[in-house]
Formats: sequence, structure tokens, C-alpha cells
Amino acid sequence: MKALRKKVYVAAGYNTMFFGPGRKEFHPKKPMRAFEDYLNETFQGTCDQLVNTDFDEGVFTNFAAMRFIRQGNLPGFLPYLSKSLKGKSCTRVEGACGSGGLGIAAAVKTILSELADSVLVVGGEIQNSMKSVYGADVLSAAGYYKGDRKDGHAYFFPGVFSDRAGTYGSVYDKDLMRQGMAKWYELAVTSSRKNPKSQEHHNSVEDLFGLGMTPPNGKIFMDHLNLFDCSKVSDGASSLVVASEEGLKKLGVELEDAIEISGFASAEGDITEKPADPTVLDITKIAAEKALLMAGITISDLAMLELHDCFSIAALIALETIGFAKKGKGAEFLLEGNTKVSGKIPTNMSGGLCGFGHPVGVSGVRQMVDLLHQLTDKAEQQVAYKNPFGMMVCMGGDDKTVSVFVTRKNQS
Amino acid sequence: MLDQALKNVSVIGAAGKMGSGISLLLLQEMTRLEIADNPAGKIPDATLNLVDRNQNVLKGLLSYLKPQMVRYAEKNIVALRANLSSRTDLVDNAEIIEEYVNRALLIANPTSNSKDTKDSKLIFEAVFEKLELKEQVLSGLADICSPETLFFTNTSSIPISVVEKAAKLEGRLIGYHFYNPPAVQRLVEVITSPTTPDSFKKLSDEIGKRLNKVLVPANDIAGFIGNGHFIRDGLYGINQMEKLSGELGQDKSVLIINKVTQDFMIRPMGIFQLIDYVGLDVVQMILETMDRYIENETLNSQFIQDMLQAGIFGGQFSDGSQKDGFFQYQKNFPVSVFDLNRKTYVPISESLNSECDKYLGELAPEFLPWKVLSRDRNKDKKMKAYFTTLFQQNSKGAELAKAYLMNSRKISENLVEGGIAESAEDVSKVLSNGFYHLYGPENSLF
Repeated sequence: MKALRKKVYVAAGYNTMFFGPGRKEFHPKKPMRAFEDYLNETFQGTCDQLVNTDFDEGVFTNFAAMRFIRQGNLPGFLPYLSKSLKGKSCTRVEGACGSGGLGIAAAVKTILSELADSVLVVGGEIQNSMKSVYGADVLSAAGYYKGDRKDGHAYFFPGVFSDRAGTYGSVYDKDLMRQGMAKWYELAVTSSRKNPKSQEHHNSVEDLFGLGMTPPNGKIFMDHLNLFDCSKVSDGASSLVVASEEGLKKLGVELEDAIEISGFASAEGDITEKPADPTVLDITKIAAEKALLMAGITISDLAMLELHDCFSIAALIALETIGFAKKGKGAEFLLEGNTKVSGKIPTNMSGGLCGFGHPVGVSGVRQMVDLLHQLTDKAEQQVAYKNPFGMMVCMGGDDKTVSVFVTRKNQS
Repeated sequence: MLDQALKNVSVIGAAGKMGSGISLLLLQEMTRLEIADNPAGKIPDATLNLVDRNQNVLKGLLSYLKPQMVRYAEKNIVALRANLSSRTDLVDNAEIIEEYVNRALLIANPTSNSKDTKDSKLIFEAVFEKLELKEQVLSGLADICSPETLFFTNTSSIPISVVEKAAKLEGRLIGYHFYNPPAVQRLVEVITSPTTPDSFKKLSDEIGKRLNKVLVPANDIAGFIGNGHFIRDGLYGINQMEKLSGELGQDKSVLIINKVTQDFMIRPMGIFQLIDYVGLDVVQMILETMDRYIENETLNSQFIQDMLQAGIFGGQFSDGSQKDGFFQYQKNFPVSVFDLNRKTYVPISESLNSECDKYLGELAPEFLPWKVLSRDRNKDKKMKAYFTTLFQQNSKGAELAKAYLMNSRKISENLVEGGIAESAEDVSKVLSNGFYHLYGPENSLF
């Protein structure tokens, strides 16, 4: 894979609080912040880090505003946020939970095409506008609706990944898998406690691992997943700027406050196909390999990782698929503490989808913002890294729309 | 047989406090059955007659039932999807839920015409608890329905054999005493009479299971187990309060006994709040009924009668909020207490509260409120520690609580000795499921 033809940077990242069940102030019957409110906050957060706020283009990432809040035509919210974008090209990108990653990839390509020097990327999603039983209907559109929804579980995606866990547990050690997933939950919440914007920030449970070990019960939830294996239902927004070196100058951003995209890849799977081997994430594997190749590094060069843990089992399988752990050894890898802040490959330091929250179309943007914070040494739970590389994996649906980015700290 | 019987059911007094909850439970189960049996059906086979004399309240009943049915469908979405798996036109959860609710609304037949009950196999009666009214309603229905129709009466204190005889329903009437609100409270006291055939008893057990209820058999003696304990427990509380009144004043005494019964005894609410919840008029009605049918025991309270005379009734508004009784409430929390002598409510000020607390003395250090303990897996251990200390304390609060607990235990023993309850466990079951007590009167805690 060719290296990038020119340098592309990410800067001025901002995340709002991710809101929903778990937050103390959350009450399903009380009025909640509006979509626009989240957008305004994140946009302001990005602008506060810029000297000039003129952007050349805009990308909006979102999955299902059309159903959650009956709002379509989302590119129109970009000139609403930034007057500089009025009359310019703005795009909405949708790839289910992979929307955020896909949107950043679109922005990177725009910079590479030299049609723009700076692209504002904003992700926004509201999901608490409906009860989860109806939200599941909306989210099931990330799968093959016509082919799979009717026979799928009422909550659909937990069912899809429960099936993966079922297969994984029958091929490898089921008890160890459960322990690995419980460890994942424990780490997600422990990291969230350090992140005041996260949904699990207020979680004060003492024995998180014990809670994560709760045996799954198909009668009340899923056969192979418990509630703690799942990411959150969240409202939230994130934003950042993707820019060329020229673009950074125009915006007034110092190089040391930006990170470089040293490799990226988006890869797509056939939405109508079931996974050939449920214990592997094929498309994730392809995207990760391509991105690493483009960056010219291997996973041993990575100092940190942002994984798409929509379900703990997805994270566990991703660790194996990408090659951090051998097949069937993902749980042991987690239990050994390799993903902790002091571990071999610190992962999801702000809590991940299980802990920070998962406003579906935003998560990819949020992951990039967190990598930016890590590699510019501004993170709440800062990794003491030696190597300058980080990687994020953003996945839409059941390993269908995957974007992987390798990012690099700027040497000033 | 039960599935067949559940094809046509009637609830009498359907729009009342108890009737509406019973209607909801039946409608949920009948709709579930209807969908399981006949997923493709456009016009349901089943009918649930919701009979009430008052047309206007029937409209209110439907507006109560509809959102409740939606909530039921949301909660039971997995089972409903399975039952409707053959319906390729229904894919989203929202579509499945809509189908369930629409079907339910076709099954429900709100009516003020009691003749609509003529084909019903089962009838649940929940009219106001007055023998003459029950007699009139039930004997009227007996004339309309077939001789095979079976009756359940939501009766809380009148002996069932008396109702059965008066309504000429020998062997066809079972006492099915739901607790308020019936859709939430899991307890049903079941009272049969010597004439009840075994097949009917069996059917009654099956219905209980279907409605997800905990059934506790009670012998047919006025008040049964629930009110048998509650009324005597309440009379004891009033008695203790009156004893303190001379020294402390009535308002403070009410507050003190309420604190003893709620905090010192770790119950969900104090005895006077509970009387308010039930309604002083309802308590009076139960007292009269029990007094009438129970020999060798006088059950009445001049104090309750005086309160009623003063226009203090308690009970709830239709939205579930509490009417004025011994206390006035804000968000169901007592904020002032009635002084019968002065016929006025006295605010429960900080100073009044602290005077009472000072009188009672400190709670044992192991104390945890009911709300906290009710969610604690180790509550038995924690309550044991609390009560062990309580029984070593000799503050006024501890002394009052100990005497109260022992009196409650005595009531329970008498219920078992008198054959009203089969066992102390059954009394505990009633108090834990119907009154949310965390421990039975007879226990190993103290």
C-alpha cells in the first residue's frame, strides 16, 4: 500500500459528555439536551482551540437521526455551526456505527485530493429519544434488515454478538472467555471513572469483575452476553479538524497540537453475508493490515489502541484478529493486564464504547479525539508511551463497515 | 380447560381501584393467549367484558389500560416476537407491540350492561365491600350467566361462605383477595368454602400462576390473614398512641408511633401512613365486618370513628397520590400531622421531629432504612445484627418497638392457632408479598 501523498493532520478535537443510562443525572422521563445543544458545545470546543475558524469543507457523521429525532439532511447543520461553511461542500457520512471512522476517512481523502486544506468533522447522535426496545429497531438497520431482522433477537445486535460469543465459547475455553469479558468490563469502568464525561463515570460498584462474571441468561437477556458486555445507549457529539499542513497554518494550530495520520484504510463487507468464521473479524483484519502497511509499521510499534467494543466479545475477538493475542488467547491477554494503562498496549483509556458510551454515529470521531489527546499528552488517563504511534478501529454493523487509522505524534 | 375459560371473562366494577388492576392482569394474559393460539387472527376469539355502572369511568379505564398494555408488550417483547414469528408482515418490535395492543383493545369490551356477561366462563367481581351490594351484584349475575360460570370475588374481609350463600353461588365462588395495586402487588389471598369443589380450587391455582401471583390460602374467617394481621396491628398502634397522648399530646404521639413502626421496626411505612394508604373509611368498614363475624373479640376504634366524624378519610386520588389522613402529604411524604382535638394539621417541623427523636432515643448503630435493606442481598444478616442490638437497648423507642414486634408475633400466632392461616410461613408470605415486610412476625431475627 502506498504511503499518503501528502501529510494529513488531525487537530482541535473535542468530546461532549456522553449521556444516557449510568449517568446520575439521567432520567428517561426528564427533558434532555437537544441535538443542536450537543453540536454547539462540541463545535465551540473545537473552535476554542483554533485561531481562525474558517473551514474549507465539512463532514457530518451520524447513523440514525432520521429515525431517532426525525432529522435528515444533516449536512445543513455544518453551516449552522460554522458560518464559514455556508455555500461550501458539506457531506453526511453514514456507515452505521462505523459512520465516525468513515467520515474521517472521507475528510482525509478530501485533503489528499487537494480540494480542501481543512475539513471540519462533526459527529452527533441522539438515541435516548426512544426506549431501547424501539431503539433496537432503529439500530437493527445496521444489519441486513430484510434478511435477518425478522428472525433476529428483539434487541438484534446483542443477539448477533451473543451468537459470536456462543461460537467462540464452543471453539475455545468458554469459562476463560467469560473471564476475559468480565475483565473488559472492569477495565472499561475503571477507565471511565477517570473520565468525567463518560457514562460510567458514576459507577461505584466495588467488584466490577464479579459483576462482569454474571452468567448470561437467555430468558432475561442473551444466551451468551450479560448486560455488562454491552456498550451504552448514548447521546453525544464529537468534533475535530482534518487538515493539511497549510490548513493547520491557516487555522492557527501548532504542529505539536496536532497528530498525523500515517496510515488509514476503510474496508467493506457484504451486508447480506453471515460471517464465515464468527470467531474472527475478517473485514477488521483487512482494514488493520492495510492501514499498518500504509503507515509502514507493525503492531509492535503501537503505543496505544482504540477498539470498537460495542460488545466485550467484539473487543476480545478484535485483539486476536489484529494479532495482539493468538487465536483463542484474547481472554488471557486481557487477564494478564496487557491493555491497562501500564500494559503492553493500553486500550480505550477513556472508557471505550462500554464505558465512555456509544452514540453510534459519533464513536469513530470520539476515538480519534481521544487518540489526539493521548498523543498530545492531554488525556485524562495519560499513557506514558515510548513509541509515537496509536491506532483506532471503528466498526459498523457486524464487521461490515470498518475504518482503521494509524496516527503519529508530531515531532516538533 | 383454563385456556378455554379465558376466552370469555368479565370483570365487575372494572373501573374501580381494584377492578382496573384485575382487568389489566386478565387482559394481558388473554391477549397473550389469543396471539399464541391465533397469530394470524384479525378478529379475536376472546372477550373480556369490563363492566362498570358508570360510562364515564369506563373511558378512563381504557386510557389506563392502553399504556399499561404497551408497557407489558415492551417488557415481553421476546416472547411476543416468538409467538408472532409466522407473521412476516410484523418485523420491528414497534409493529409487534402495536399488534398486541390493537388485539387487546379488540378483546376488551367496556360496558355498563351486565347482560354482556352472559357467555362468560369466569367472572371477577370487585365492587365495594358491602355484603348487600355483593349479594345483589352476584345474584344478578348468577341469573344472567350459565350455571357453569365460576365466580371470583375480590373480598378482603367478609366471610366468603356468607357471600356465597347470600348470592346463591354455593360451590361456585372463591374469594380472590388482590392487594392494591393488583397489577403490582403479587399477593392474592385465596379463600374457599367447604362447598368449593377441588376442580374449581385447581383452576383457581392455575389462574394465579398465569397472572404471576403468589397465592396464599386463608381460612374463611372475617379479615382473613392480611387484614387479620393489619387491623389488629393498627388497633395496637392506635392504642399505644392514645396511651402516649396524655403525656406528649396526640399529634406528637402519632408521629412517634409512626416512627417506631417505620424506622425502629424497619417497615416500608409507619402504621399511620399505612392506615392513610388503605383509607380510614376502608379500615372502619373492615373493622365493622370483622367485629360482626368474629366472636369473643371486640374490634373497633373510637379514634378512627372520631377521625371520620372530623372528615378525615385518607385513601388515594386516582393518580395514586395520597389524600389527607393522619398526615398530609407532599409527594407521598408526610409533612403535617392531624391533631384531632384542635381539628387541624400541625406541620412536622424540624423541631417537632427532633423532639420526637429525642423522646425515642437513638436507633441502633446497625440500623439501615427499609429502602436500602430491601435491595440488599445480605439483608437477613444485617437485620439480625440490628435487631440483636435493638433487643439489648432500653430507650423508649426500643421498648415501644420490642412490644410492638411481640404483639405482631402474638397476632400471627393467633391467626395460626385460630386456623385462619395454615402456618406462620403463610402469615409471613402475606406480610412480605402484600405489605412488603422484610421479615415475618415469627422469625429467627429476634
